[in-house]
Amino acid sequence: MNVLADTWDHLLDPTSWRGGGGMLALLVEQLLLTVTALAAATVVGLPIALALGHRGRGGFLAINVSNIGRAVPTFALLAVLVAADWPGTAQLGPYGRAGLATLIALTLFGLPPIITAAYVAVREVPREVTEAARGMGMTGWQVFRRAELPLALPLVVSGLRLALVQVWATATIAALVAGPGLGRVITDGFAANDYGKGIAGAVVVAVVALCLETGSALVQRAVDPQRRARSRTVGEDVPPTVTEAPGTTGRRATGDTAAPDTRGSAAGHRR
Amino acid sequence: MRVTVLAAAAAPPAAEPSCYSSVRNEWWCWQYVVDRREEITEAGVQHVGITLAAIVLAVALAFPLALLARRTRRLESTVLAVSTGLYTIPSLALFPLFLPFTGLSAATVVLALALYALTVLVRSLLDGLRAVPEEVRESAIGQGVGPTRLLLRVELPLALPVFLGGLRVAAVSTVALTTVGALVSYGGLGNLIQHGVARNFRAELLTASVLCVLLALVLDAVIVLLQRLLTPWTRGSTV
Repeated sequence: MNVLADTWDHLLDPTSWRGGGGMLALLVEQLLLTVTALAAATVVGLPIALALGHRGRGGFLAINVSNIGRAVPTFALLAVLVAADWPGTAQLGPYGRAGLATLIALTLFGLPPIITAAYVAVREVPREVTEAARGMGMTGWQVFRRAELPLALPLVVSGLRLALVQVWATATIAALVAGPGLGRVITDGFAANDYGKGIAGAVVVAVVALCLETGSALVQRAVDPQRRARSRTVGEDVPPTVTEAPGTTGRRATGDTAAPDTRGSAAGHRR
Repeated sequence: MRVTVLAAAAAPPAAEPSCYSSVRNEWWCWQYVVDRREEITEAGVQHVGITLAAIVLAVALAFPLALLARRTRRLESTVLAVSTGLYTIPSLALFPLFLPFTGLSAATVVLALALYALTVLVRSLLDGLRAVPEEVRESAIGQGVGPTRLLLRVELPLALPVFLGGLRVAAVSTVALTTVGALVSYGGLGNLIQHGVARNFRAELLTASVLCVLLALVLDAVIVLLQRLLTPWTRGSTV
């Protein structure tokens, strides 16, 4: 259990946090990478997925992109990008060594959960709701904006949460190809047989991952429009579709963290 | 004239560098696969071994855990919360956390991967059991089927399609995650990828990466086949 004592020492030692290669700088670097890649994946993936969901087309692609993403090892894609002539290991501003290669890989691995969740979210909106909206004379855009999007939002957001966790995990693996981020503490520690340091890095990475997950869960709760609608209409007569939808989406939101595509196929059964 | 003759004479001994030599460093090089087939096979066998061990362990643990969890609502929510938390921890960080207990061994990788797979499997098993229609359960009880037989003959078979869907997810991601085991030198094909990156050896890292994806696809196909054999009644209705 000597290793655990080393870990503890490394975590408490202020010098392991300070400086250029210190854990604080690497933590900031990795958070920056995660946020940038998540933003890029959202900007690229979300409009496509929502449009596909609205039109009800490309479902095969939207569901299977997650399956493909799961089969390609993060490590392998990072390795190929780093060994290629472009993007290679070039330094990229605050993103560190092999910054561009890492950002590309992170964005690619952030896309599948966002696309699958957003597509399924729009498809899961009850047919009666969209038909009623159309019957009221709404245009396609209005149906999407006023009926589908609000009902789909909880599941869309849980897709973003899943992407956040995944991107953070991928950013850690970047260290295996000598890329940027906190994973470096782990790989450096292991390469130098300084296991205390490696485990200390792992503890920090894991704690931040749990904080990101819990934090994003709280944000999701705070911005859930149906939750707010429910608290506003307490004691009033709420239309049945509205009371029903949060229950189903809520259950699916908890299910999707682990197995997005079983949920996708379950969705297929229900339709 | 003399120069060309000399060049022609000198060519055979200084044979053209092979496509995986550091001079050419091509991405795809069959010569590499032929020359290093033993090394590649060894890494592949290790990869398959680690993956299968992790999945078998996860399946063996998933059944009792799911059956236990479904007894009380509180236990179920605890199991689900813990497994979600576990799933959040990046693989590169989970391996070191096992190190103080299992050291630099294949067990570190197998246990960590089994935990990831377990979270997926328990969840899908619970989902599958929950999806069994109440009428089916009641009519079985009405026919005098005891609790054990109800579980084995009615509930588990009906939960199987959802469970196998979860198994596909778990198996494919375990194949991919095994590569990260290169951190403790038990990463199967991941070891080759790591070596390839460190030495800028393109043929090695691309071959290992492609084999990884192929392995995932083969395993997925095997489970789909298993699904068809075990649950013939779902044929035609699912993809």
